[in-house]
Amino acid sequence: MILSVDNISRSFGGVQALLDVSFDVAPGTIHGLIGPNGAGKTTLINILSGVLPPTGGQVLYQGQALHRLPAHQVAALGVARTFQNIRLFPTMTCLENVQAGQHLTAQRSLMPRLLRLPSVGREDRELEERARDNLVRVGLEDKASQPARGLSYGERRRLEIARALALNPRLLLLDEPVAGMRRGEAAEVADLVRSLAQGGMTILLIEHNMAFVMEICSCITVLNFGRVITTGSPDTVRRHRDVIEAYLGSERADA
Amino acid sequence: MINFIGINALLALSLNVTLAAGMLSLGNAAFAGIGGYTAGVLTVHLKAPFILSLCGGTLMAGLVGLLLGMPVLRLKGVFLAMATLAFGEVVRIAAVNLDITGGAEGLTGIPNITQTWMIFLALALAAYFLAALRRSRIGWGLVSIREDETAAACLGVDITYYKVVAFTIGAMMAGFAGAMYAHLNYLITPRDFGFFIAVDLLVYNIVGGTRVWCGPILGAALLTALPEILRGIGVAAGPIRLAVNGVVLLLVILFLPNGLASFFTRWRPAAAKAVSSERI
Repeated sequence: MILSVDNISRSFGGVQALLDVSFDVAPGTIHGLIGPNGAGKTTLINILSGVLPPTGGQVLYQGQALHRLPAHQVAALGVARTFQNIRLFPTMTCLENVQAGQHLTAQRSLMPRLLRLPSVGREDRELEERARDNLVRVGLEDKASQPARGLSYGERRRLEIARALALNPRLLLLDEPVAGMRRGEAAEVADLVRSLAQGGMTILLIEHNMAFVMEICSCITVLNFGRVITTGSPDTVRRHRDVIEAYLGSERADA
Repeated sequence: MINFIGINALLALSLNVTLAAGMLSLGNAAFAGIGGYTAGVLTVHLKAPFILSLCGGTLMAGLVGLLLGMPVLRLKGVFLAMATLAFGEVVRIAAVNLDITGGAEGLTGIPNITQTWMIFLALALAAYFLAALRRSRIGWGLVSIREDETAAACLGVDITYYKVVAFTIGAMMAGFAGAMYAHLNYLITPRDFGFFIAVDLLVYNIVGGTRVWCGPILGAALLTALPEILRGIGVAAGPIRLAVNGVVLLLVILFLPNGLASFFTRWRPAAAKAVSSERI
């Protein structure tokens, strides 16, 4: 298992956002995280990426405890993420956004730059080339020199994925990657995510678009009110009584 | 006047380092004061040579910046401005009340060694350093922090470390400028490094533009020269001078949100595109 979530709990004051959440993510798979609004999905992603500490439990990533590390150290271990509410660098161009994402994979030392060594130009060209490759992967190569704030909603989501890919992550956390996208655009993202998994990357994603989740995930964990209802294949999850109840409400609730 | 333009430009650049990371600091005038007084005390009381007094001023300001930065940089936005403002007042009041600094009358007898060429050599080196810094790993990290801290952290940027580094570099540059200033004037007083100077530094950056190295220099040059120019064309000093400063600031904010420096990119869109990858 590349990622083991073990009895993770998180409360905000009196609100229990997550309670004893446990599941495992197998390497190279696409793992879905679904649940009604307020189920605690984004809170969990925030804990996994080091943005938020848990109040209980532990997270093991490749056997290493992740839950006490700050976000930048989690990133250094090869965990990248996107944000539900999109956090791009708005005044930078698309290309610069991806270049900023190369923070951990680039040297960019100060000394050679002060001395104007020729290796600097070589490094910068190489980094720019790599950033352009990432833009090509998400289909934004035409927008390279446009500022990120001028992009459409779907384009901004795709740029955020490109920026996360610049870290060369082993585990990619996607928080609603196709929210607000047209069907064709979502299909392109589905193809991209699948090709990333084929390349050996592990992907954990939150998504409300059920067609998207059922199509690309090999394993799905369902959360409701901060607890895991079930973890399993799309087919078992789809037929699970409690899952249907969580999404549609039970007969008792209707009455 | 040309000397003051140089010193003010150096100070504006020192603030620019912290602004590049989105940190609003009003402490750089105080760092200049620490640098100036350290240099002055080293020369007057300890008879240190010029070079040593410059280095001492720079290092002392850097040390204080480092010690102040570690607790204070947890604050953001206007709260950081308030904390650094309070720090500036502490430094000013300390300078007024200590014996070694000569109290409110200031420290006198500092030999005039600073030459115009020294100031502008230092300015050129500082601008070159900042331009290189911006394209380095630290520079990319700082701009990422300015744009979005949480996203920057998730890309592996150690927020606290980079902020302290930027703050300390800024403090050292300000301390150096203060030390040069001390050796320019024979006399330094606590007023030279007070609140209004701190605000002026911010205005230089806003008027000139914070995103390119030449912005703060342009802003400092224009606003330092403006009163002299006004006097030249017959406008008396006093309230009118402040009013003109205010109008310039207003015009820039309204029509050139990225400062005077954007004049040069605005009329050359093709060239602007070419350098856009270097702009950060």
